[in-house]
Order: sequence, then structure tokens, then C-alpha cells
Amino acid sequence: MGKRKFKLDGNTYLLLITILLFVVMYAVGMIVFQNKGFGRLQVFLNLFISNAGLIVIAAGMTIVMITGGIDISVGSVVALICMLLAWMMENKGIGAVPAVIIVLIVGLVFGVMQGFLVAYLKIQPFIVTLAGMFFARGMTAIISQEMISIKNDVFLSWANANIYLPFGGIVNKKGVMLYPYVYPSVIIAIVILIAVYIMLKYTKFGRSIYAVGGNEQSALLMGLNVRRIKLKAYILNGFLCAIGGFLFSLNTSAGFVEQAKGFEMEAIASAVIGGTLLTGGVGNVIGSLFGVLIKGTIETFITFQGTLSSWWTKITIAALLAFFIILQSLFAKAKEKSK
Amino acid sequence: MKRKFLCTLLSVAMTAVMLSGCGGKTTTTDATTKQETTQETNTDTATDTKSEDTNAAGDTIVVGFSQVGAESDWRTANTESMKTTFTEENGYTLLFDDAQQKQENQIKAVRNFIQQDVDYIVIAPVTETGWDTVLKEAKDAGIPVIIVDRMVDVSDDSLYEAWVGSNFLQEGYDAADWLAEYLDKQQRSAEDINIVTLQGTIGASAQIGRTDGVEEKMKEHTNWTMLERQTGEFTQAKGQEVMESFLKSYDDIDVVIAENDNMAFGAIDAIKAAGKTCGPNGDIIILSFDAVAAAFDSMIAGDMNVSIECNPLHGPRVAELIQKLEKGETVDKIAYVEEGIFPADTAAEIKPTRAY
Repeated sequence: MGKRKFKLDGNTYLLLITILLFVVMYAVGMIVFQNKGFGRLQVFLNLFISNAGLIVIAAGMTIVMITGGIDISVGSVVALICMLLAWMMENKGIGAVPAVIIVLIVGLVFGVMQGFLVAYLKIQPFIVTLAGMFFARGMTAIISQEMISIKNDVFLSWANANIYLPFGGIVNKKGVMLYPYVYPSVIIAIVILIAVYIMLKYTKFGRSIYAVGGNEQSALLMGLNVRRIKLKAYILNGFLCAIGGFLFSLNTSAGFVEQAKGFEMEAIASAVIGGTLLTGGVGNVIGSLFGVLIKGTIETFITFQGTLSSWWTKITIAALLAFFIILQSLFAKAKEKSK
Repeated sequence: MKRKFLCTLLSVAMTAVMLSGCGGKTTTTDATTKQETTQETNTDTATDTKSEDTNAAGDTIVVGFSQVGAESDWRTANTESMKTTFTEENGYTLLFDDAQQKQENQIKAVRNFIQQDVDYIVIAPVTETGWDTVLKEAKDAGIPVIIVDRMVDVSDDSLYEAWVGSNFLQEGYDAADWLAEYLDKQQRSAEDINIVTLQGTIGASAQIGRTDGVEEKMKEHTNWTMLERQTGEFTQAKGQEVMESFLKSYDDIDVVIAENDNMAFGAIDAIKAAGKTCGPNGDIIILSFDAVAAAFDSMIAGDMNVSIECNPLHGPRVAELIQKLEKGETVDKIAYVEEGIFPADTAAEIKPTRAY
């Protein structure tokens, strides 16, 4: 029992460090760009608006990584989802609601296929999802090589439905009163995040995901159906990926082959910065959320600075990743010793 | 218990290191910002004594520019043009963001520009699609948006003030007119002329404009025959491949129209490999578009006959529009940049004066 408690403590530390890092970075931004509007509530909300899709996808990625797996197909799947939505609504005249339902089913099917290959045929998740990545990107191009703009009224009304907060309004330089707002995509992302958090923490399925990732052998001995749990984890991930793709398309309202390239790496990086171990068994969706927010803050820094190359985002994330990986391995070492 | 304590200590130490790292960075950035501000004030007071008591940042027009990336020489020249136009000396502060070819990055950048209270937002869009939401946000904040290079495909065109870019149709007209004049000079205007075209990526605005421009003008010349048009996707390799197949299918090609310079270079290689000659002193006339630096080299080497410019220097034109908007004047929705025609005989002389 003592060991278990200690393990939880280690994870809590990692999570706290991530949150602290975010708070510090944000505070630094507010000091450095004091007169440039960094302190506005809207800048903070924009982190959620621009990254709603990634927040959901990183949550799915976290689940898969807790089982000890990985999914590098998510970027391509997002592109496929966006393209399918655009193509169905614009070229086939399918309504927005059925189109969204169809893409959610596509996400589920994708999850079932990848999950089956990983769990039942015991193929390396990296290889399975690598194939998935090529397949989804290829299919996107097959559907249309041209960009398709989403013009469906219902869809655009979702995308453009500003939900204003009743407080915190500011008058900008042009003399326009601006109230902080979010879009429905942000609310969907947060609701899903909370649901996944509760699922992982308080349900039997959630806890068995940790058990499988922590030690597959002992999970088996405990009488858990390891294969089925893994399959379910990938299905859930596929579904979350489809939702993430939908939220992404609400932001970009277009289908395009090149969309969301490298998105999988952003999701993995966010999860790792948030304290998820690549070896499995450890992870937390709240951490991943902060991983996404940290990435968003770095990007905001760079646009506010205005002259730095935007590639510095990548370099900073690389440094953060290195830092967190070292931290994780130090924790792991400490855990070994305590045994 | 001891180890647990050790572990806690370690994490605290790590955090402290991290914090101090961040803190250090802050002070330096802060210092540089301050330095910049003082410099700004200095130049301000030096140039304009009246602005002494006003805020240094308030004097300049703040322009947020979101660029596609740095994928080609043309793009780099485009960026440079913006950077050299919107300088402190000219009364601007430029916030530049490289979108790394990603539309989602551009959307984020525009959102941040809005929060920074920029005066104008300039976007060179990665894609034509998906701009409705974020342009509406800019409009709600009262910030005018100017689009450069590619068009945006939005449901309501009041979402942007103006578009600045190339008139591809005019480039097509220019190419055909130049050819007619050239053939006249060579006393071949009555001859039957066989033309092949290496088209750009189908659907790109440059491809559509250039193809249509040439086609319209073709009607005036009944002795011109378009043997075939095929896409070379704007690349040298594909241009060469398509030209090879053209040379196999047709013996008597008089003119090759390449819808960008890269495809023309490919076509020239294919022609030479087939043992034929091209350029001012060769059998096949090469007409190209863009007029990048390498095209001048090719013309000087005697391989290419003409290149119609696609001017990337959008900065001055955008600045002109901003000045008009500052005065409260209305501007035209579409603003073309000036573009030249550069034939081989003047290439050597013009090349040193070119910015890209």
C-alpha cells in the first residue's frame, strides 16, 4: 500500500511541475508584454479556442500511452475527418449533423481496426499506427486533392457562435468594446476532458488501463482481460480523435490534404510534458491539457514578440521535452531505489 | 521515508533551477525591450520634436503580418519587401509571423494580433479556405485586414479591406502580346505557329489566369495552334518529364509556354537532351513566367526568350493602401502590383537591379 501511495505522489509532483511551469510562463508573458495586451482574458481563452481539437486528441493519446502504446496516426486522421466533413457537406449535400455522426463512426472504425491489430495480433502500436497514418493521409488525397471550403450554414453557425462572458470587457485601441468569448468547441473540449478524467480515475475500466500499462503480466494474473482493455483504449482514442478532428474543422472550416501535419507529435509532446510516461502505466489528462496550454503559450509569446522566428516554438518544446524526460527518469530511479 | 524526502528535495531543486532559468530570461528580454523603447524614443525625438510627450509605440502604425512560410525565393522576396517597407523609419512597427505552411498557425497568429491591438492585419494566406471565423473576429474588433498574394474564399467580402497581388490574367495577355510582337520582328507572323503549354498546378490562381490570358489572345491569331496543354505542377522535374513526352509526340514545336520558371528550366533540359535548340538563337521559343533570378541567368545563357514578371514586392503597395485608409479614404477591393516583361536581350543589363 505504501508503494502505491508513493507512486501516486511521484506523478502528482510531475503534474504540479507542469502546472507550475505553465503558471510561471504565463506570468512572465504578462510581465514582458504588459502593455501589449498579454494580460487580457481573451489571450488566455484563445489558447483554448485555437487548441480545442488538440486538447481532445491529446486526451486520447494519453489513454493510449498509459496502456504502453502510441498512436501516430492522429494527425492524418484529423485531416481525413476534416476532408470528409467538407466533402460530404459541400460536394454531397449531406447535412451538418449526419456528416458529424458519420465522421464519429469513421473514427470509431479506425480505432477498432488499429486496436484489433495492436491488442489481438500483438503488432507494435508504432507500426500499426504508422500504417494508419499513411492510409488516412492517402485517403484524404483520394477524396479530394483540392481544398474544400466548408460553407454549410449550420456548420458555420456552430463555428461562429461566440459565447460571450458577461464580464471582463475591454475597450481596444479602435474604441470597440470587446467582451471575452469562447466558441462551442471550447466547451465541448472541456466537457470531454473532464469526462475522460473521471473515467480514468473513478471507473473500473479507467483503473484497469493503468494496470495494463503498468505491468501487463500482473494485470493478466489479476484476471484482467488485457486484450479487450487495450482494444477498448484504442477505440476510445479513435473516437476522441474524430471529435478532435471535428473541433479542429470548426476552427479551420476547410478540408485540405496538408492539414494537421505533425499533429500527432504535438499530441505526444503535450502528453509527455504533462507527465505521461512512454513506458505506460503513468499519465494524467489534466497534465496533457497543461502540455497543450504550454505549447500554446510559447506560440503566443512568439507572436507577441513579433520578430522572433516562429521556429523557436519547436526549439523551446524540444528543451521542455528533454527536461521532462530527464525528470521522469529521475523519478523512476528514485522509485526503483525505494523498492 | 528518507528517500521520499530526497525525492521531494530533488524536485524542488529542479523547479528552482527551472524558475531561475525563466527568471533570467525575463530580465534580459525586459532589458532589451526597454533598450528598444529608449532607442525608439531617441529616434522619435530626433526626427520629430512634436512627438516628445506622446508614447513611442503610439506614434507608429502597428502592422501584424502573417506569412505562409519561406518555401521559395519568391516568398522570401515577398517577406523582405514587407520587412523593408514597414520599418520604424517609415513610421511602422511590424509584427511578423511565419506560419510554417500551416493554416492553423495563421489563424492563431491573427487572433494574437487582434489582442495586441494592431492597427492593420496583413495576411498572405496558406490556403484560400477557412477564413470566415477569424476574419469575423478581426472585423468585430474593428481591425482592417489586407490580403496579399492568394485570395481568400469567404462568404462575405466585407471581411477584408482589400487584396493585393498579381494580375495573372494580365500576365497571360502580356505573354501572348510579346510573342506576337517577337514573331513580327522575326518576320514569322504569317507562319503557322505550334505551341505547347506546361501548365501550373491545376486550380492554382496563377495557372488559371495565365492559361486563360493566353487562350483569349490566341483568338486574335488564327495561325497559332495550341498542340497540347499539360500540367507540370510548377516543378522542374515534372516540367522536364512533360516536355519529353511533348517532344516525342510532336516534331514541329515552335513555342513552349511554361507557366513558371522552374518548369521552363525542366523543358530546356528536355529540349537539349532531345538534341534540339531553344532560346533566341535556337529553334524553339521559350516563354516563361515569374522572372526569378535564375530565369535571368537562363536568359543570359541564351536558353530562354522571355519571362513575364510575377512581382513579389507587395510591401509598397500595401503601405499605399494603409496610408489611404489612415486618411479615411476608401480603397479598391482589388489592387494589382506592377509587373514587367523581361526579354532575353535586356536580361544581362537588368539582372543587377533586381531585388530577387
